[in-house]
Amino acid sequence: MSTEMNQAVQGRLIGRNQIEDLVLVPLYALVAALFLGALVMIATGVDLSTIGQSFIALVRGSVGSLNALSETLTAAAPLVLAGLGLALGFRAGLFNIGAEGQVIMGGLAAVVAGVAMADMPAVIALPAAIIAGALAGAFYAGIAGWLRAATGAHEVISTIMLNLISYRLLDYLLRTPLIQKEGRADPISKSIPEAAELPRLLTFIDPNLRLHAGVFLMLAMVVVAYWLLFRSKMGFEFRASGENAIAARFAGINAGLTIVLAMAVAGALAGLAGANQVLGVLGRATPGFSAGIGFDAIAVALLGRSHPVGVLFAGVLFGALEAGGRQMQVDAGVSIDLIGIIQALIIVFIAAPLLVKAIFPWGFRRTRSKEEEV
Amino acid sequence: MQVELKNITKRFGSVVANKGVNLTIRPGEVLGLLGENGAGKSTLMNVLCGLYSPTEGEIVVDGTPVRFDGPGDAIRAGIGMVHQHFMLIPVFTVAENVVLGVEPVGRFDHLDLEKARAQVRRLSEEYGLAVDADALVETLPVGVQQRVEIIKVLFREADVLILDEPTAVLTPQEVDEFFQIVRSLCDAGKAIVFITHKLNEILEISDRISVIRRGEIVGSGDPKKLTRPDLAEMMVGHPVDFNVERAPFDPGEVILDVSDLTVLHDDGAVAVDHLSLQIRSGEVVGIAGVQGNGQSALIETLAGLRPPAGGKVLFEGADITTASPRARHRMGIAHIPEDRQAAGLIGSFTVAENMVLDSYYSARFSNRGSIDWGRVNAAATTATQDYDVRTPSIHATAGHLSGGNQQKLIVARELSRDTRLVIAGQPTRGLDVGSIAYIHARLMAARDEGDGILIVSSELDEILSVSDRILVMFKGRIVAEYEPNKAPVDKGTIGLAMAGAAP
Repeated sequence: MSTEMNQAVQGRLIGRNQIEDLVLVPLYALVAALFLGALVMIATGVDLSTIGQSFIALVRGSVGSLNALSETLTAAAPLVLAGLGLALGFRAGLFNIGAEGQVIMGGLAAVVAGVAMADMPAVIALPAAIIAGALAGAFYAGIAGWLRAATGAHEVISTIMLNLISYRLLDYLLRTPLIQKEGRADPISKSIPEAAELPRLLTFIDPNLRLHAGVFLMLAMVVVAYWLLFRSKMGFEFRASGENAIAARFAGINAGLTIVLAMAVAGALAGLAGANQVLGVLGRATPGFSAGIGFDAIAVALLGRSHPVGVLFAGVLFGALEAGGRQMQVDAGVSIDLIGIIQALIIVFIAAPLLVKAIFPWGFRRTRSKEEEV
Repeated sequence: MQVELKNITKRFGSVVANKGVNLTIRPGEVLGLLGENGAGKSTLMNVLCGLYSPTEGEIVVDGTPVRFDGPGDAIRAGIGMVHQHFMLIPVFTVAENVVLGVEPVGRFDHLDLEKARAQVRRLSEEYGLAVDADALVETLPVGVQQRVEIIKVLFREADVLILDEPTAVLTPQEVDEFFQIVRSLCDAGKAIVFITHKLNEILEISDRISVIRRGEIVGSGDPKKLTRPDLAEMMVGHPVDFNVERAPFDPGEVILDVSDLTVLHDDGAVAVDHLSLQIRSGEVVGIAGVQGNGQSALIETLAGLRPPAGGKVLFEGADITTASPRARHRMGIAHIPEDRQAAGLIGSFTVAENMVLDSYYSARFSNRGSIDWGRVNAAATTATQDYDVRTPSIHATAGHLSGGNQQKLIVARELSRDTRLVIAGQPTRGLDVGSIAYIHARLMAARDEGDGILIVSSELDEILSVSDRILVMFKGRIVAEYEPNKAPVDKGTIGLAMAGAAP
């Protein structure tokens, strides 16, 4: 084995433990969750053939056709974007519950910027709307970061409160003349002009395929997040503060600044998720347009073990469950709530890797006993 | 009661912690168990007191093989352990702490504290422990708290007492008193196992000594016939040089000038009280003192981690009273934190990452916001070799290294650059003899190159062996100063100053 290979295998990024953590545990968790999901269906009186049918529909609706793949990726993009932000925050030791509010603020800002840029060419309007979304998310999350750094207010509490504020703020702003669609009495924003839309990618095959350029934004951000976390100075500071805040402070890392920056970066990514939704899928902002993306993204970040590549896979998995779940409802008449149950079960199993290892012992290296003081 | 450990082997997975250990513990005798950290002392004693069951071998009490399924079994068999870290509830009285878990109860489950108090008094008198049964534990000095732990074990009618590193927290005077207590316990027919890595103490108190290395008993003997170098060699496996090599004392200009410094604890209590000191180039200043007399706050303030409430700190003439930790680091101030696990390194980071923990941002390792891991790895490889950090790879996580190697990693990080002042808090606490000698040699090399060195240690032997000037800190003040170069310093005198007696 060459030296570089050796180092790569021993290194922290793709070591044996990471494979177990990032691949085996989630895979087994999915299997266990699907099995328990089937039991739930039996318990609620669904007969076996319908259960079989619904699982077939789940696969068909998520990966069974070009349209299914398009739907899976369309659903995955905002989850991955917001999930990356949360993952960065987790790495810095910040438990940010506020992605939902940051998605809303990012989406709103993208609408405002997009509408304002209606007469501009797309090369200006689209980036401007995207950047506006990121900045708004960063600013909104930065408030919670600043509160933590300056006053010690815990980010879990402050981000939950900021979420609540964002719902009402959205309702209010959707009725202001700047944002509300002309001639409408209900809260709905102006439509995104074509110049600021994330272009659809597959309409040349079938005009109904919804996959849009946000998928490139998603992939680019996975790379950026990876670089930020493992290659940049800032990411080193995030990780050091998250792993051992005292040692980071002793090493001269400015704790307050790190908290504000980490929150802002997390918010920017959540803001991008919001912008992705209004510019690529919805075409406008409406009450509740965030649709719980910010909360599902917490699960995605945890499932992805706060690793950018893991978040990508977790986001795609959740996107597939969402797209497949809709098909399940159509084909087998099984409630879409079942998908929520399966998602929740996956998280429960992920949170208990020892349980997963006990049920599925295959593929894990024999665990070493605790290296206690001998 | 005589206890025999017969052929005890304890494995954790593939790791062998103890291998074929035979040991006899006799009543009325102090058995000294000597070994480095990680040699297997604690595992062996945890087997004896029922926390672990042995993989092979047996424990024989008065000729009968026994099996302990938990600490409760061992206590019932008469084996009790006094842990290094006390397990007392500060807001309870001595009597309440002693009976905790085995409370004497009267009718209707009524707690009979009067009975507990009487028993504590009786035990205290019987063994000369001098403990007030009604005192709140939090108001007692550490030495007395330790006696409360001993009473706890005696109250549970133990005949075998295991004392795990009992002197680590005591002043020299308290150690003397403690040894008297150990002897009175012995005279009363108790069997004592005294665990330590301190050579002087084991020679003084033991009737027999067994040395453990890498899980095996490598030697036993009579303390009257053994010397420190003999024991050190058995413990480490090779001869150890106790002399710290250094150039003749020739201090230069003042590097650090602290005047009238006052520092508060987080709760507002005064930690450092109008303290002044100077450190010159080429000088090792040792601060002796019992832990908790403001040394930690002093170090944190000098490292820029705690803002002072008053006073001034000058470094090479520049006022650094309010400078940030990073600014001080850039000026050439190195800081070896007291608590290496919590503050010195990040256990889940690799050796390489820890090696640049405070310099990753410098032009040497970073370029336009991006860290050059090639250069980091190269520097880490060199530093681990230069400072003898034994690690399977620079990509191994630091948390898996032994304490000695973790400390060498921190020393390597702090000293492998241009330094002018080294602030070292408890630089060798809990380390093995070999690592201690190595770290002292490194600090002396820095001194000989003209750095000023400040060492804070609660181990008086360490202060005496490395310092050019000794300051004794008590309740936030410097209460005594000694210059071993001018006049020989008596350990007892320093001990008295550490305990607060006016010199």
